[in-house]
Formats: sequence, structure tokens, C-alpha cells
Amino acid sequence: MGNSRFPGRSVMIAFESVPVGTALPSLNLTVDRAQLVRYAGASGDFNPIHFNQRIAEAVGLPNVIAHGMLTMALSARIVTGWIGDPSAVRDLSVRFTRPVIVPDDDHGAALEISAVVGAVDAQARTARVDITAKFEGQTVLGKARCVVQLS
Amino acid sequence: MPMDQAFLGRSFPFAEPYEVGIEKIRQFAEAIGDDNLLYHDRVAAQHAGHPSVVAPPTFAIQVIARAQDAVMFDPALGLDFSRVVHLDQRFEHLRAIYAGDVLSCVVTVESIKVLAGNDVLTVRTDVTDIENAPVCSAWGTLVSRAAAS
Repeated sequence: MGNSRFPGRSVMIAFESVPVGTALPSLNLTVDRAQLVRYAGASGDFNPIHFNQRIAEAVGLPNVIAHGMLTMALSARIVTGWIGDPSAVRDLSVRFTRPVIVPDDDHGAALEISAVVGAVDAQARTARVDITAKFEGQTVLGKARCVVQLS
Repeated sequence: MPMDQAFLGRSFPFAEPYEVGIEKIRQFAEAIGDDNLLYHDRVAAQHAGHPSVVAPPTFAIQVIARAQDAVMFDPALGLDFSRVVHLDQRFEHLRAIYAGDVLSCVVTVESIKVLAGNDVLTVRTDVTDIENAPVCSAWGTLVSRAAAS
């Protein structure tokens, strides 16, 4: 393992096997109201726009929206699921460009997450994965990127 | 009311360390629907070379939230929280966070701007472990939208 700050872990993907352009297995997820409640409890973010339609509408939203940090966490799963060991994540960044509206029904909001290797660093043996998260056919994150350590 | 530019560049250590609980990591992983064993099973995590279960990469928001809030909710700063939206977020991990970590935060106000009438605030939070070694740095930008005229 090249970088002394990151003691060796069981990361199984070899740097040489991931050229720029490599597509990661895509991920389809659903966010429903129950998950928003769970995430509120787990994260401590109890902003009512994430569970109260009346308050969401009062601040100009069409309905309850997912926490941006939940959307970020779900989008990162495409990378951690691929690499297996989440400790390989070095850098994760997103811009929140559009809210994910979560209806009060039995289906929730469908997220389509895809990702491709956008750059590699041979010296650090890292890959920059560019993530696309779509809801109703439109992207909800801008510049969503994750740099991972490869073996 | 514009934000107080005197906050720019200032650093705010947060007095109370965050103790990372194994159940909190499991709860967070469940909330993001991720059943990766490294988040849930201490033995599996140790077999993979980790000291304990691994926190998901965005778990750091848990650690930094109260430290950031102490700065962003400071009335002297003048950020109108009723109109705030989260514009962007970044985590740079120098190492993963593990159950059992005792972490400390220092929040630095990196940018205070007015863009098209909106107040835009960027804060950086540096997380260190009990030996004062760096663990994670996080950047978050909040926008307080200008009141409709």
C-alpha cells in the first residue's frame, strides 16, 4: 500500500483494472417517507420539511423532500458497494442542485444512480468516480465525485 | 441583515468530543439502507483489518453537526436560518471513522459572501482523533435565500 496515512485494508480492486471510462454497476433505490423518518433519527436532522407536508408547502416546496445528506449518502453507495470497503473513500463531494420530492404513497421516490471513472492518479493509485443521481429523469446532484483508494 | 464579516477566517474549537458508538454507526447504515457487513459486524470488520465497525463516508456529518451549528446558529453571525438551503458538501477522509473513536472538531469560517442578494456561508470543519491526528475535513456551503421583495 503506497500511502502511509492509509494502512492496508482489504480493498480488492486493482488500480490497473480500472481505466478511465470504466462504468460501475448501476444502482436503483427508492426513498419513502419511512426512510426519511429513519434518516432523521439517525442523523439528528429533524427539519420538518423532511417529514411534514404542511410545513414543506409553507416554505414553497411542492411536498416533503429528502435530506440532501441522505441523497448524498445513497449516491455514495454506488461506490462503496463496488469497492466493498468504505474505508477506501478518500474524498466525497456533491452539490445539491434539485430536491428529491418524496410522496406520501406506497412507492416513494425512485433514484437512478450511475457512475463512471472520470480520472485516475497512478502515483496515489486512486480513481475519481463521477456519480450521476437522477430522480424523475433529472439530475439531483451536481459535480458528485468520489475519490477512492485502489490496491 | 448582512452576515458579520468579523467571523471570516475565525476558528471555533468545539469543547465536547464526539464518541462514536457502534450502535450509532449501525443505525446510520440502516437509515441509508446499506447492509455492508463492515458497517454492522465488528468481527467481520476486524477480519478485514479494521479496529471496529467502519462508519459510512457521510457519517462524519453526525460528528461535525453540533460543532458547525454552534457557529452557524451564533446570533452574532447573522445567518437567517429560516431561509437556509444546503448548497454543497464535501468530506476529505484522511482515514475512516470507526466505532470507539473519540473525535474533536474545529470549525473555521472560510467564506462569507452575498451573491445575487443571497447570503452564502462556507464553513470548514477539521476532525481529529484522541491523539490529535487528523481524521477528516469537511466543507459545507449554506445559502440563506434573500427574502422575496
